[in-house]
Amino acid sequence: MASRLVVEGVEAGYGAVRVLHGVSMEVREGETVALLGTNGNGKSTLIKCIMGIVTPQAGAIYLEVDGARIDLVRKPTEAIVSLGIALVPEGRRLFPKLTVEENLLLGAFRREARAAIDANLAFCFECFPVLLGRRRQLAGSMSGGEQQMLALARALMSSPRMLLVDEPSVGLAPILVSRVIAKIKELKEQRHLTVLMAEQNFNQATKIADRGYIIVHGKIEFEGRSAQELRENELVKKYYLGV
Amino acid sequence: MRTGPALVVGAAVVLAGVALAGLHVNAYVYFAGYVILQYVVIATAWNILGGYAGYVNFGTPAFFALGAYTAVFLIRSLQAPLPVLIVAGGLVAALLGLGIGYLTLRLRGTFFSIATLALAVVLQTMIINWEYVGGSRGISVLRPSGPPFGSYVTFLFTVMVGLAVVAVMVARFIERSWIGRGLAALRDNEEAAECMGVPTLRLKLFATTVSGFLLGVAGAPFPYYVTFVEPNSAFAIDYAVNALAMPMIGGTTSWIGPVIGAVLLGTAQQLATVTISSELNLFIVGVVLVAFVVLAPEGILGLVRRWRGR
Repeated sequence: MASRLVVEGVEAGYGAVRVLHGVSMEVREGETVALLGTNGNGKSTLIKCIMGIVTPQAGAIYLEVDGARIDLVRKPTEAIVSLGIALVPEGRRLFPKLTVEENLLLGAFRREARAAIDANLAFCFECFPVLLGRRRQLAGSMSGGEQQMLALARALMSSPRMLLVDEPSVGLAPILVSRVIAKIKELKEQRHLTVLMAEQNFNQATKIADRGYIIVHGKIEFEGRSAQELRENELVKKYYLGV
Repeated sequence: MRTGPALVVGAAVVLAGVALAGLHVNAYVYFAGYVILQYVVIATAWNILGGYAGYVNFGTPAFFALGAYTAVFLIRSLQAPLPVLIVAGGLVAALLGLGIGYLTLRLRGTFFSIATLALAVVLQTMIINWEYVGGSRGISVLRPSGPPFGSYVTFLFTVMVGLAVVAVMVARFIERSWIGRGLAALRDNEEAAECMGVPTLRLKLFATTVSGFLLGVAGAPFPYYVTFVEPNSAFAIDYAVNALAMPMIGGTTSWIGPVIGAVLLGTAQQLATVTISSELNLFIVGVVLVAFVVLAPEGILGLVRRWRGR
């Protein structure tokens, strides 16, 4: 089943503040696409638009499955999750006072996901052995790296086709960032996922990205058709290296 | 305990209630027992929204009184029988719950609580100005002659036993279902719940509606119990305070918590009413609540868990 996520001319913001100014991009099946940009450029807002948490003021967001177009704008988040899109939110957004296992089960809240709950739980524990040992522990009592792993595992519980990962590197030590990024790549290959990753850690993101976009002040300023192109473009030098 | 055995226990409680009603002990026992059981229903109903979903409702008197005044209206206009009063009282209060749910969707935490506080005031003002149900002077309600068995108070006591069992069963079912899991997510981190595709809006409406229904059910037999209904007693602040204090003292995360809290606190209040004065009731609640908030914020259930070393 060939699917494609398309974002077309999206304008969005909060109240009077416009954050996204006509953003267009696409994610094709099987790709890992990086959405790069420093803080405050609209990465998270775009992700939230795709998930139906923020409603765009203009533009279209749709999923194309075998040629059929499914509009995502104005759909509630639960309907979007049901379409097979799962989010690993920025700052992890775990349920701190619930146990690791309860957190995972909540990832499979939608009815269709409950059917595969045992298999998915087993997969998560196999893939993240540290979670198995801590399954009865409160999620909030784990370290940052473990929490990020839990957030990843929780998103997998809904058997998604597409994973949106919002800033997995936030608040983690460099060694842990590498591990999380490697884990995303591993999961992608094992579960044949399509990944859209918003990230400001340029070097880490381009390690696993097939291609990507650079977003500056709510506009896509550069589209890199390969990780190589992303690494070599001038914007990076300007925004990241201050040259 | 699975659902089968739980039903047996529930039935046993109802039978025990009937047996107690047949014993003809001192009439005061039934009088006091009714109030305590009424608080089991109220605390359990409050906890579905306040404990499971984490939305603290200060408007309990509004729902309770709405159940009671729906009954008054139906008694006056149609002489409706008690089962009809209970169902109707519940439905009208459920409707209020649903409406409040819709109106306060965007309000979180403290702001929701403030809105519910205003609700009781608004509703009380409306009742005060509605002469048909007694207005501010109140209204006398004649009990139907010839209860199915025993005296009317023992009959009402038995009815309340049944209602308490039903309320607890409903709460227990919700707690163990996916609804309960979703409500727990809502309580812990509403934003995260939304991100995970938990239908937070529908769950909140469900919780406000079911909680409202059970609070209305608790209030519906009230007119026959007191035989004289006036706004100050139907909208008493005691309901708001007790509804919140009882689950907090027992423990809000499980169905048994509100039951423990209601039985302990309800009994203490009834004893104080006979031995000292009913004026002490709210004072007792206040002291106990402060003690629990400081020493055992997770209630008696939390203490038990800690003691077991879990």
